[in-house]
Amino acid sequence: MSEKRRIKVALSGNPNSGKSTLFNALTGARQHIANYPGVTVEKKSGFITHRGYEIELVDLPGTYSLSAYSVEEQVARNFVIEEGPDIVVEVVDASNLERNLYLFVQFLELGCPLILALNMMDMAKARGIHIEVERLSQYLGVRVVPMTARAGEGIGELLDAIVQEAGKELRESYKQISYGRDVDNALAQMEALLKNAEKIPAKYPRRWLALKFLEGDSIVSELLKGDGEIFERIRAISAHLTAHTMDTLGEDPESVIVDQRYGFIASVVRHCVRREIENRLNLSDRIDRVLTNRLIGPIFMLFVLYALYLIIFWVSESPVSWFETAFGFLRQKAQEHIHTQILRSLVTSGVIDGVGAIMGYMPLIFFMFGAIAVLEDSGYMARIAYMMDRLMRFFGLHGSSVIALIVSGGISGGCAVPGILATRTLKDNRERLATALVTPFMNCGGKLPVYAIIIAVFFPESRARILFFLTLFSWFVALFSARLLRGVLLRGPKSPFIMELPPYRLPTLRGLLIHSWERTWLYMKRAGTLILAFSILFWAGLSFPTLSDSERMRFENLRKAEIEKIQPQLGDSEPYPQKVDRQIKEALSKIDEEEAASALKASFLGRIGVWLEGVTVHLGFDYKLNLALISGAFAKEMIVSTLGTAYSMEVQSVKAYSIEDRLKADPKWNPAFAFLVLIFITTYIPCIPTVLTIASELSYRWALLSVLFNLSFTVLFCMLLKKGMELFGLL
Amino acid sequence: MGNLISMRQMKVHQRGVVKKINASGEMGRRLREMGIVPGVVITIQGRAPLKDPVAIKVRDTVLTLRNNEADYILVETE
Repeated sequence: MSEKRRIKVALSGNPNSGKSTLFNALTGARQHIANYPGVTVEKKSGFITHRGYEIELVDLPGTYSLSAYSVEEQVARNFVIEEGPDIVVEVVDASNLERNLYLFVQFLELGCPLILALNMMDMAKARGIHIEVERLSQYLGVRVVPMTARAGEGIGELLDAIVQEAGKELRESYKQISYGRDVDNALAQMEALLKNAEKIPAKYPRRWLALKFLEGDSIVSELLKGDGEIFERIRAISAHLTAHTMDTLGEDPESVIVDQRYGFIASVVRHCVRREIENRLNLSDRIDRVLTNRLIGPIFMLFVLYALYLIIFWVSESPVSWFETAFGFLRQKAQEHIHTQILRSLVTSGVIDGVGAIMGYMPLIFFMFGAIAVLEDSGYMARIAYMMDRLMRFFGLHGSSVIALIVSGGISGGCAVPGILATRTLKDNRERLATALVTPFMNCGGKLPVYAIIIAVFFPESRARILFFLTLFSWFVALFSARLLRGVLLRGPKSPFIMELPPYRLPTLRGLLIHSWERTWLYMKRAGTLILAFSILFWAGLSFPTLSDSERMRFENLRKAEIEKIQPQLGDSEPYPQKVDRQIKEALSKIDEEEAASALKASFLGRIGVWLEGVTVHLGFDYKLNLALISGAFAKEMIVSTLGTAYSMEVQSVKAYSIEDRLKADPKWNPAFAFLVLIFITTYIPCIPTVLTIASELSYRWALLSVLFNLSFTVLFCMLLKKGMELFGLL
Repeated sequence: MGNLISMRQMKVHQRGVVKKINASGEMGRRLREMGIVPGVVITIQGRAPLKDPVAIKVRDTVLTLRNNEADYILVETE
């Protein structure tokens, strides 16, 4: 051992076994996050030095088993087989030993060097569960380290054990659990055959392959097909066994094997664990009697979600404004120091405004992740899924989909980007896709200021009612779209809802911070890089082609004329009186605005806006509104400001300046039309950060579909709505 | 000897012993992996506000499953 100073350790365990807490306690902030190759399963690793050894710790996904059914389980077992870690540390919840040992047993079957980390000893003690550690170690054939990772107890002992046990082979007798005579016989025959199967890579333990084949493991089955002759003989043994067990036990070998594993565990537990109190209702059970009560449960849940959402926005308010100030300062500096006009425009409008708009989300996203982490770590998230599942299932979604929809703006105000990231908690891929694809319908924080202005102008009497209606409308569209998606594109069985309600626990601050930070960082890395590119592209689309020289001359002449008109009143006496100065400034800024507006219309995106009138004429939208909606695709907040710029074209005819007055003065905008526009804005398109998030979380195909689906649905729906309004003489 | 009923029919707080799981494939495996195997004692902890899913206590874990999943599980009650 002495020459080998590096140890590779895999950390495994059930969800809720305290594995993450242990990982954080061991590695602290020195963590590296990536994905396992080819899949979107997060891979966390970290380095620790202990007694002169450099220990590389890899956190395997939290699983209940090592079957071929889920990606996480495949990842976990592939890691052990392919990478051959020097030791696997299996973390178990000591207060729930029986169920937790099920995964441990499957590592025994793989035959890798093992340590059992008996975590949450404090909880076990509190529940009157006594575990004979030495005896447990004898029965299982591995080192057992009792610990309480939350309190930092037993960490040093675990590290010592890792250093001592690394690379030590398991004793042969412990690798072979008995699954009853029939299965054991079949296993022995298959193992003997497989020992001669040279075409199948040696890294796969033979008995394990045989066992998995009997369990109907599709991946192992494919692997064994690599040796056709042996595969046929193995299949015959398996078929024979199946016939036999079905005949005598009424169960297939797969079930028999699982039952026997639990049988083995039961006998170990019987010998090593003593309970003081049998089946007492523990604290967590008693809390659940209240919090999942038929009446109190839903009310409390609404209260929690609403409070959480208020807190997120309240807490992130100051950091968001700090970011705004910082970017405002940067913008000002750039204005002052960059003298080439086009470069200045690129840096200020393209880079700083674009990146600033996204960075503004950062604190929000951080706290949103924090809130999700609180819900997850406390165990309440599982209760929300449990209570909402029946309702969500009607729409082809999962109980946990609610969280993502609320984060995206379900109570109005929120953001689809963290919403889509929150769908990671959904295990079934189709349910996850359906949930993620409908999150952009929710009323995010970006749509709110747009609603606010339009509602204030056209529905001053019933602001709250309209906003409430739009919230209901967004839920309605989201849920029924989900139903449609699940019925057509994402057809498939509802995933099983077998889920654990973990005991309530107080989250640790350290866990929360690490959790939120690593997710925020991952988001920044993924979306951030593309956002810069898109914001420059968008800036270019609005800035090029520039106005022709003759057009620019025309505005220059207008400016000169304006100054000449005002100047004669003062003669040559400088400085100008303040009043005149203001007059000139006003007149000039009016012309500036007109120039900006015609530049906008002449730009590439402006031309698209005009061109789109071909379609949007059926909705009654002109190019100004089109342009505003296009800019809304970048960030919904921009709809109002772009509309303002576009309207300055008609500044001559309208004395007023504010966008509210301009809308009021436009004869086309009546309450019915405003309502149509509000509906359109609610659902028409996911913003670019959202599209990028869908692309990086799911795929570009789905991102494209999301845009097309939302657009076509909204255009059709609004056309119908307009026809209806016309029928009733409202438009 | 008690009577054999499906888990869906059990009342809240009722106890029973799992006798048979009539599911194979992924469903059967998921149920078994989570510790629902023949011979294990289960207690109904409660039902969600819309009566579905159901929460049960198995060994020291609280598990939730939908009623149509509970249909697969036959339980002998006292």
